[in-house]
Amino acid sequence: MMVIIASFACGLIFGWGLLISGMVQPAKVLAFLDIFGNWDPSLAFTMAAALAVSSIGFALTRRREKPLLAPQSFWPSASSIDAPLVTGAMLFGIGWGLSGLCPGPALENLTTLSPRLLVFVAAMIVGMFLQDQWQRRRAAQIQREADTALAPADG
Amino acid sequence: MRIMTAFDPVTATVGGALIGLSAALLMLLTGRIAGISGILAGCLSLVGGDWKWRAAFILGLVIAPLTGGLAGYSLAEPQMPKSWAVVVIAGLLVGFGTRLGGGCTSGHGICGMSRFSPRSLTATVIFFITAIVVVLITRHGLEG
Repeated sequence: MMVIIASFACGLIFGWGLLISGMVQPAKVLAFLDIFGNWDPSLAFTMAAALAVSSIGFALTRRREKPLLAPQSFWPSASSIDAPLVTGAMLFGIGWGLSGLCPGPALENLTTLSPRLLVFVAAMIVGMFLQDQWQRRRAAQIQREADTALAPADG
Repeated sequence: MRIMTAFDPVTATVGGALIGLSAALLMLLTGRIAGISGILAGCLSLVGGDWKWRAAFILGLVIAPLTGGLAGYSLAEPQMPKSWAVVVIAGLLVGFGTRLGGGCTSGHGICGMSRFSPRSLTATVIFFITAIVVVLITRHGLEG
């Protein structure tokens, strides 16, 4: 229960950060990405401040054996720089550049009930499901190929 | 409607510090990474594990603007692409791409970079450059 309350509080703080920095506004994000036009560099300060605070926080947390409210920490284990990482980042970058929305601000804008925003979030969720389906199909195919390769040895 | 994109380093820095604080606290208290795309996918049961803390985080994120009004910050109607097709395509790409690449602006851009992860640094550089090129094309491409 404490984990759920803490997560809720962190979501609130995250939302305040997006709201106060202006990153919640797609127009602000697009102005930040428009470095060859009428560039608004504000969000560079947002990134820098976020990185400064979280890197200090992470460094302190790493010294602990476990988090304060849970039995274990889930530090990401993936480290490979592979095709899915590069392709995924490019596809996300296209969507981000077209809309000015990444997942956090997209969700935070839900209460505006803007029809276009609601359609964007629905499409984003469909995109996540499609990726999940595609990955399962690909994993199954790789498994079949492995089975086929083994088949002659069985016969 | 005039779109506010005035340069404001003070609110940008304060907001950024809060985002970093949220990521640090979530890890310190619960041992989890504040990556929004992964948290949302977990809510949709696309990744394993407990969905309750993820739903709680997203609930906090979604209702934050309602409480932010107390401090004088409220949410404006987001300026979205005029074309419905662009809205749908952009949404699909953000959803598919963040899952394929294993993270978004928060997971790779903030949390991963704060751990000095080369994987996250690579993803962040790629999605930034790609988005900057897309904006360059859509805003200035036709002007030659």
